[in-house]
Amino acid sequence: MLEKPTWKSTLRGFLYLSPALLILITFNIYPIIRSFLMSFYTDYDYFNDVVHAFGLDNFITIFQDPSFLTALKNTGVFVIGVVPISIALSLGIAVLLNNKLKLAGFFRTIYFLPFVTSVVAVAIVWSWIFHSDYGLFNYLLSWFGIDPIAWLNDPKYAMPSLIILSIWKGLGFNIIIFLAGLQSIGKQYYLAAKVDGASAWSRFTNITLPLLSPTIFFVSIISIINGFKVFDEVFALFNGRPGPANSALTVVYYIYQKFYEEWQFGLASTAAFVLFIIIFIFTIIQLIIGRRFVHYN
Amino acid sequence: MKIRLDQLTMKFDETTAVNNLSTTINDGELVSLLGPSGCGKSTTLMLLSGLYKPTSGQIYFGNQDVTKWDAEKRGIGMVFQNYALYPHLSVLKNIMFPLKMQKVPKKEAMERAKEMADLVQIGHLLDRKPGQLSGGQQQRVAIARALVKKPNVLLLDEPLSNLDARLRLEMREEIRRIQQEVGITAVFVTHDQEEALSISDRVMLMKDGIIQQDSMPQWMYKHPENEFVASFLGNPPINLLTIVKKANGYQIGNSDQLLNVPAFTLPKEDNLDVIHIGVRPEDFFVTTNGNQTFTGKIIHIETIGRDTLIRMEIGDTTIRALVDPQHDLQVGDTCRLGVSDTNIHYFNVESGQRLHPVERSMENARETNMEEHA
Ligand SMILES: Nc1ncnc2c1ncn2[C@@H]1O[C@H](COP(=O)(O)OP(=O)(O)O)[C@@H](O)[C@H]1O
Ligand SMILES: [Mg+2]
Repeated sequence: MLEKPTWKSTLRGFLYLSPALLILITFNIYPIIRSFLMSFYTDYDYFNDVVHAFGLDNFITIFQDPSFLTALKNTGVFVIGVVPISIALSLGIAVLLNNKLKLAGFFRTIYFLPFVTSVVAVAIVWSWIFHSDYGLFNYLLSWFGIDPIAWLNDPKYAMPSLIILSIWKGLGFNIIIFLAGLQSIGKQYYLAAKVDGASAWSRFTNITLPLLSPTIFFVSIISIINGFKVFDEVFALFNGRPGPANSALTVVYYIYQKFYEEWQFGLASTAAFVLFIIIFIFTIIQLIIGRRFVHYN
Repeated sequence: MKIRLDQLTMKFDETTAVNNLSTTINDGELVSLLGPSGCGKSTTLMLLSGLYKPTSGQIYFGNQDVTKWDAEKRGIGMVFQNYALYPHLSVLKNIMFPLKMQKVPKKEAMERAKEMADLVQIGHLLDRKPGQLSGGQQQRVAIARALVKKPNVLLLDEPLSNLDARLRLEMREEIRRIQQEVGITAVFVTHDQEEALSISDRVMLMKDGIIQQDSMPQWMYKHPENEFVASFLGNPPINLLTIVKKANGYQIGNSDQLLNVPAFTLPKEDNLDVIHIGVRPEDFFVTTNGNQTFTGKIIHIETIGRDTLIRMEIGDTTIRALVDPQHDLQVGDTCRLGVSDTNIHYFNVESGQRLHPVERSMENARETNMEEHA
């Protein structure tokens, strides 16, 4: 069926792609290249767009900036805190929903709500939940005799608050993806496993997990990338501050500060470039691990 | 292990997939569940396996009532129509899986799996994934996986339907060989009458969730209990003709030929003015001795294998007959066909039930006896 590619067919192909490519290049590829170059601008007159000097000074500067190091650490903690719990939780919920739960339609609306609601609205609601005097969270904790916690104002609790919010926010998307994955696993494998004497838990570990591994892999890559890019949640939850005493300062927030607040375009680009490298390395590692453990049909 | 089904019924919302089914399957027997698609064969098998729970009725394994037991507990082996091999596991791991679930030590599990793989002749494929196997090989793996835990019962759901014709023939003999070698009680589901008749000790023919006849294959073929059984079995299919009572016999298909019909043992069928008769194509013989039962004009001749199939016109009906090719027959010839009395089956027009001739009822009983002893 497939024709051999010729110059003519390739050209025609590019012609079909060109509208999409044009937009992609203008708004994605070009800015990426520009910001990559910008990270090497050590002396930049942005009023006249004149670069007086190139160099690696920006890299040295940010790695000597305690704020950037804090941002790196916070981002790492955030990713480790959010991704595993979010995946485990949404997988558990998806499995329950997949087992013909009553009120499935109702739950579908519920768990999809965080996904379609704007981050800002979500964060405002959560900042009330986390409120130290009137918040729902402290109210629940008071039942167990725990003293009120200043979730959003205590540097110790700012990051946990952010993690809780982000786990909750990621559930909807992950559940949808997991449900689709679960539904693509043939029912016959479960019947066969039952006949072979597998308990519900054995069926989950021996059938569901391996056959769902491409989906789990996909979700974990997306989640990690999204985790490294966290910004909106911080901005909205802490009212445009990176948490008390920079306790929720993330790499993207740092970039934002450098770019919009301090007009340090070079430093901002450098930080962005470092983030890109980190995400790139993680994705490569995941691909290598994935090749070993993921079963593709 | 002996299996007994007692008035088993399975209803899905609207449909009754299995309707009041009772039977006993003896230890070591291979029983076929035969019937057209949608008649409830798979459902019956799912009930036996415990994957479905019946709406009513009981299932006994030996003397134990297992009706409420889950599939995990019943210890049965099952081969699914699409084999359902675990796609992410190698052949060896697939076969070992039931043992792993029983927590058999790994070394022993591996030995037993290899033994089983040798029995089904796939010992050389142990490292492959199911996706790298042909249909026939996958089926062997599925059988090995079903048998490795030494189950009491083996259930097979149309295991041959995904194979090509040649392989099908080979594999059904293979299944019979393995079943007899292991000595296991087996239930074999198929919609292919030839398959059922050739490998099983007993055939249960189903239609719309109801067992139509439950008997030995040859008996079912020679003594169909009703018109459905008669027409479901046999290829080319049985000739079913309508005959109408006249003053001195029964008229065949609006022709001038008459048939002598015996008296029947069950006189409760008061209206025997019109009855159906069935004659299998191979039960006809060409005759010139004047002992013909049917005479007609040949309208079609074809040779299938070593037989000649003719279509003959009698009045306004046609019949198919398989005849010896040594007769020199031409289209347009008038042909005389004989058939022995015992090879004519009579059916009630309304109920489709078999009518038993009086003088042959003794003979029937003797034949039943002989087949059971054989
Ligand atoms: N899970 C089910 N839900 C509803 N109806 C079913 C289900 N399984 C089977 N049936 C119905 O029961 C009847 C028998 O089905 P089945 O046992 O699969 O037939 P067979 O295996 O003989 O082809 C069919 O009419 C089918 O539509
Ligand atoms: Mg079926």
